[in-house]
Amino acid sequence: MSEITSLTLYELIKNIKEKKISSNEAAKSFVDRAEKSKKINAYVTENFENCLKLSKEFDDKPNFDLKLPGIPIAVKDLFCTNEVRTTAGSNILNNFVPTYESTVTQNIWNEGGILLGKLNCDEFAMGSSNETSFFGNVQNPIAEDLVPGGSSGGSSAALAANLTPVTIGTDTGGSIRQPASFTGTVGLKPTYGSCSRYGIVAFASSLDQAGPMSKDVKDSSILLEVISSFDKKDSTSIDFKRNNYSSELTRNIKGLKIGIPKEYRVDGMPDEIEKLWKKGIDYAKDCGAEIIDISLPHTSYALPTYYIVAPAEASSNLARYDGVKYGLRSSGKNLIDMYEKTRSEGFGEEVKRRVMIGTYVLSSGYYDAYYLKAQKVRQLIKQDFDQAYNKVDAILTPSTPSSAFKIGEKSNDPVSMYLNDIFTVPVNLAGLPGISIPAGVDKNNYPLGLQIIGKSFDEQTVLNIAYSMEEKINYKNNITDWWMK
Amino acid sequence: MVVCDNIFYHMSIDLKTVKHISKLARISLDEKKAEKLATDMNSIFEFIEKLNELNTDNVEPLTSIAETTLRFRDDKITSENIREKILKNSPEKNDDFFVVPKVVE
Repeated sequence: MSEITSLTLYELIKNIKEKKISSNEAAKSFVDRAEKSKKINAYVTENFENCLKLSKEFDDKPNFDLKLPGIPIAVKDLFCTNEVRTTAGSNILNNFVPTYESTVTQNIWNEGGILLGKLNCDEFAMGSSNETSFFGNVQNPIAEDLVPGGSSGGSSAALAANLTPVTIGTDTGGSIRQPASFTGTVGLKPTYGSCSRYGIVAFASSLDQAGPMSKDVKDSSILLEVISSFDKKDSTSIDFKRNNYSSELTRNIKGLKIGIPKEYRVDGMPDEIEKLWKKGIDYAKDCGAEIIDISLPHTSYALPTYYIVAPAEASSNLARYDGVKYGLRSSGKNLIDMYEKTRSEGFGEEVKRRVMIGTYVLSSGYYDAYYLKAQKVRQLIKQDFDQAYNKVDAILTPSTPSSAFKIGEKSNDPVSMYLNDIFTVPVNLAGLPGISIPAGVDKNNYPLGLQIIGKSFDEQTVLNIAYSMEEKINYKNNITDWWMK
Repeated sequence: MVVCDNIFYHMSIDLKTVKHISKLARISLDEKKAEKLATDMNSIFEFIEKLNELNTDNVEPLTSIAETTLRFRDDKITSENIREKILKNSPEKNDDFFVVPKVVE
């Protein structure tokens, strides 16, 4: 049998159910490997001792009917975990210990999952490279000094480095799919309203959505089934009939219509991405899908729209960090001075930049010109998809306009960093489900991903297409454990 | 910035505006950081200006992607005795209240 840490979630569950591996053995393997992998900097907070203890308790009284029986899982540090520090990658929450649990993580523990620890991420999920985290850069296990993507960079790195069998991230503009693409892993952003936002540190509430990240498509279907639930505690949680995503998973996608949007052929897109996309189209055909050319005419307006809507909502959401009820407090001459110093010392540069942009676009006299305008364009972007879905069942695009870049390469130019999300942002604006699956490598052998976008609430079709294409693509990450040498 | 006929033209964000926005956002900035932010914000807004190309006069703004009406819940207390929990993370506390710097002289 191959090493425990390199098993997929599905294989690990099977072995635990067949009593070939105990929960405690699994927990020990992941903890041991994490101890040798500090250089990746995936963890902000380790929960190792508690995980070992709880896994033992599971073994003493196992329940194999659960969907995640005694499975150790590390999660992005944006999910509030009861009595375990939750930082959102920010200095302002450095000492924050929640007294409640997010619904998504609670769903995981209810099904037998055990918390391994909290994973690094861009500060308040604002970033595409994990470089805005207060807790330092994360190494991409693919190669040294390469970013793991972001904002769920600790999650993608931990997954690719076999430090956790699966993980969860959050995706506001691509923060699950882009890091998955950069690390040769699978990442799914569900339909807005599918997974509860309760207990997730808020960034942009009309866009934020939690989702699974995994080594293969089947694992994402298993995890989605656990985390997707209607929740009264989230006012935008939607009560729709959720599939049994893993048992309904099929590779039979014969006759499905897959759209290819011509507007995703952007200027300056590297040849390799274009080739990958073409290869993807061939794979989809091989799987029995019908390929149809479509148009999403407002695609190029998605990023500018996003960079009004997301900072506006962020500036409002982050107003709560004032040094009064929780989080960092700096001392000041008076109350206002205390607020200003706390926020200046507590927030990093990118967060300040976005709060400033958001405050500006919402400020008196500018609201109509920016925020209202952006909401109108958002409508047009959504209508593009609505029209496309009259003709097709799903849409196939590249996940990112490039492979992973070097740490520091783009950190001084915010706009070039934002362009990373050019293919993922429209999906958030329209609230649709989207998955990134590994589909090949570039000239440096860095992974590249393809994105499949579905109709609202149709995660099953997205998963099925991904599952079918995954078999044809047959991608395998080449991880050398360079950080242990 | 000038608004006319529903088309807006962006003029560069100067240092004075950055300082005004930082006051509204309650983030203190030194001169150097304010200058850097002005540069960054200008390059970001230059990029955002692309939206001006679009005529959106007859478009309904999209305020929520979840096409549901907000649910009502019963106006009932569902938690009890959580004072300790609420105060647990406060940066400066006594047993009963959040403490802030003196506001009344």
